[in-house]
Amino acid sequence: MTTLHLPLTVGDALAAQRDAFGDTLVELIDRDERVYVLDGDLANSTKADKISRERPERFLQMGIAEQNMMGVAAGMASCGLVPWLSSFACFLVNRDLDQLRVVVAQPNLPVKIAGAYSGLLTGKTGKTHQEVSDLSVMRAMPNMTVLSPADAVEVRAAMIAANDSDGPVYIRLTRDPETVVFPSDYTFEIGRAIVVREGSDVTIFSTGAQTVRCLQAADLLAKSGVSAHVVHVPTIKPLDAEAIAEAAARTGRVVTAEDHTIIGGLGGAVAEALGELQPTPMRRVGIRDTFGESAANEDLLEKYGITAEHVANAARDLL
Amino acid sequence: MSLTPERLTELKRQAIHLRRLVVESVHHAGAGHLGGPMSAADMLIALYFEVLNIDPSDPHKADRDRFILSKGHSSIGLYSALALRGYFPLEELKTFDAIDSRLQGHPAMDMLPGIDMSSGSLGQGLSPGLGMALAARLKDKSFHTYVMLGDGDSQEGQVWEAALVAGRYRTNNLTAILDLNGLQQYGWATETGYGELARKPPQENPEARWQAFGWNTISIDGHDMEQFIDACSQAKNYHDGPTIIIAHTTKGKGISYMEDDFNWHSKPVTDDDLKQAQEELAAQEAALA
Ligand SMILES: Cc1ncc(C[n+]2csc(CCOP(=O)(O)OP(=O)(O)O)c2C)c(N)n1
Repeated sequence: MTTLHLPLTVGDALAAQRDAFGDTLVELIDRDERVYVLDGDLANSTKADKISRERPERFLQMGIAEQNMMGVAAGMASCGLVPWLSSFACFLVNRDLDQLRVVVAQPNLPVKIAGAYSGLLTGKTGKTHQEVSDLSVMRAMPNMTVLSPADAVEVRAAMIAANDSDGPVYIRLTRDPETVVFPSDYTFEIGRAIVVREGSDVTIFSTGAQTVRCLQAADLLAKSGVSAHVVHVPTIKPLDAEAIAEAAARTGRVVTAEDHTIIGGLGGAVAEALGELQPTPMRRVGIRDTFGESAANEDLLEKYGITAEHVANAARDLL
Repeated sequence: MSLTPERLTELKRQAIHLRRLVVESVHHAGAGHLGGPMSAADMLIALYFEVLNIDPSDPHKADRDRFILSKGHSSIGLYSALALRGYFPLEELKTFDAIDSRLQGHPAMDMLPGIDMSSGSLGQGLSPGLGMALAARLKDKSFHTYVMLGDGDSQEGQVWEAALVAGRYRTNNLTAILDLNGLQQYGWATETGYGELARKPPQENPEARWQAFGWNTISIDGHDMEQFIDACSQAKNYHDGPTIIIAHTTKGKGISYMEDDFNWHSKPVTDDDLKQAQEELAAQEAALA
């Protein structure tokens, strides 16, 4: 795979990943008769409620019973349907993990799991609702494809790719409106990392909405004369290890950044890949083995150390 | 559905063969479950030879009836039924639990055609069964889905999630079968059991429990194939919602030393055990004629 170079800048347009989720489900339903949405009584949060209103024949309320929902999805998938699950990441990843393991991942069935409200920014709901280890857990599960798109545009593109893929997919989504960075004609390729800023002093790998903050970090670094090479990694598994090794070799210094624990997620995956392919001095920016709390978004980013400034400081630390 | 006496005798013969294959396979593998397959044996034979609309030469046929063994540890019983019905050669049962075998300790749908859903982690079978029943309805297909549960299996909360949601969707194309043998792997305290707190067994009333979740219930003797086949056709003809056939059974049924003894849930079979089981089963088969 040749690495995609797609320079991105941070503009003013805002959009919420969850709105893109609802909109794209309608689009998928209209082009694919196999698609159904199963909801764990959270559709008006995840925005799958759009389906209940606009395509009600494709919407199945499964109630507050996630273990059953995962099993029902497996049964439907075994009969040729493509079920999309709507619930919060914290419940979909934890409450029904054994169901996911035994009747979805082991038989490799095409169940599409959209983990809404991932990371710290969940609208002041606190640590019960903040899912900060989903990438680690999903990545360790054989047969899973694990996606973590940056913005609303990439969510749509990733959902189309996920729907077209044969096996189970986990897609990590965020709640609040965030800056849109991807161009509307962007197409998603599972397993492809993307160079979103060219640079020569330090390489920043990031995933999910954190990539927007990393572009801002690159701007901050540029002001102090540091040239950052930013690589967006929207597929956590299968990891684009080749592109990651190449980008690490280019600068000899690596920072990873994610709204997620530094254990086993993007930081863990990059460390594993580079440890074998291209050992490189490295800093991981992310949540440091702790649970979150309920607070305003800015306060959470600051306290848990994942602002653009934190990313820039980690980069400076390596110079 | 009424059976001729000849057909009934033939089914009974197959059930004896199934029990023999189970003991022989577990003896050969040096490990495996026995009590559960034995209690389900008559129903497995009735399902695969009489009830299910299936074609062993086309195991992935889209319109086939589905069967899920939620009590997946009874896999060797299911494999024996599939082999007897012609899904794969009887010889292959010798590979049970061995490296590279399609006959895994617990059923794996990705490895063995004929397995409609993977299972082995208890409590998980009814939900995919509900998913299949919903899929049939959504795709306007007439296939029926059957899920066999154990009484231990049904202690899992997920079973009751599925029961509740199936009740709401009134999936009349879904039939559960409860293999109610009253035993599990180790089990609950008895009068002489472990400790003061656990001594009083609860009043078991599975009929009321399932009815409360919106299910039609039919209670039968799970070793009486005529009753079972009749219950299946009643379930299929019941239109107001899902049905559960509550089948009273004996764990280890058919092998005297295994009957009603939880220690035979899972255990290696010695040469002597095998010999005695084969003799008992041969006597049962001779008595059929
Ligand atoms: C989730 C889970 N917990 C525990 C086990 C271990 N286990 C296997 S069989 C069994 C007892 C099952 O009892 P029951 O469903 O009544 O089966 P039967 O008596 O018919 O064999 C147990 C505890 C398991 N397979 N899955």
